Amino acid sequence: MANPLEQFAIERYAELSVGGADAAFTNASLFMLLILGITLFFFWLGSRNPQLVPGRWQAALEGMAGFAVDIVDENIGPKGRPWVPFIFSLFIFILVANVVGLFPYSFTVTSHIVVTFAFAALVFLICVLIGIAHHGLRFFTLFVPPNTPIALMPIIVPIELISFLARPLTLSVRLFANMTAGHILLKVFAGFVISLAAAGGIWAATSVVPFAMTVAFYGLELIVAVVQAYVFALLTAIYLNDSINLH
Amino acid sequence: MEAEAAKYIGAGLAAIGTGIAAIAVGTLFALFLQGALRNPSAADSQRPNLIFGFAVTEALGIFAFLVALLLLFAV
Repeated sequence: MANPLEQFAIERYAELSVGGADAAFTNASLFMLLILGITLFFFWLGSRNPQLVPGRWQAALEGMAGFAVDIVDENIGPKGRPWVPFIFSLFIFILVANVVGLFPYSFTVTSHIVVTFAFAALVFLICVLIGIAHHGLRFFTLFVPPNTPIALMPIIVPIELISFLARPLTLSVRLFANMTAGHILLKVFAGFVISLAAAGGIWAATSVVPFAMTVAFYGLELIVAVVQAYVFALLTAIYLNDSINLH
Repeated sequence: MEAEAAKYIGAGLAAIGTGIAAIAVGTLFALFLQGALRNPSAADSQRPNLIFGFAVTEALGIFAFLVALLLLFAV
């Protein structure tokens, strides 16, 4: 059976060094450019001839933008309006990255912890810096939930601190593990189809079963791709809310 | 015990976590459906909360799967 982990291999296409750091152009870079191209193409389609009564592409684009505005409005409130483009960009990039990875022979950019950790670290740093910029040192009262009795504070504050520091970790690992686990599962089932079909005779007829499972799992993976992008954007908005409107 | 054998046993034990996550996700949807059948008009307003709760619960189960994968392939 073929190795289900081969799909995650990074292939270098062109060597490049930026100040001593390795910045080779890899298949991950190629796919990120592809994601950018796809996103810009659909945005161009949606905003070519803007009408007051939108056509289909424009309506789709407006729907997605409205979705991001809803996430920000519900979770941050009026102070969150400047953050709509950020949440929107995160959502669209992760969504397109996840969905592009589902095509056969494709590469899932978000199935690498370094990519998802870059996003999560960006979100975490922005939350901390924005919190300190808005509130100064009062930002650290975030770790003291309102109406906490003084006696409980030595227990509660370290717990809150640890769960705050766990945010970039869980944010990145959630996306990474979902994508990696899903794609490994798909390749394993596909491998079963090939193994059964190659065995010949009666076994070849039973290869329909793992094939049906693969089709069902593709549907699930599509749902997971969209939900994980939505959850990443939603959690970013929730963390921003914690930083901007302390409690 | 050899390290290889211990890794496989550890991976098998870590997979128990995914089963526990399955119970959690099932409970989540069961409670949502219970509430939705009692108050159908309020169900749509809570659907985003359902999806969000499902995603964070599923994430913990996948962390357990990740531990199994790490043991098998990365350690």
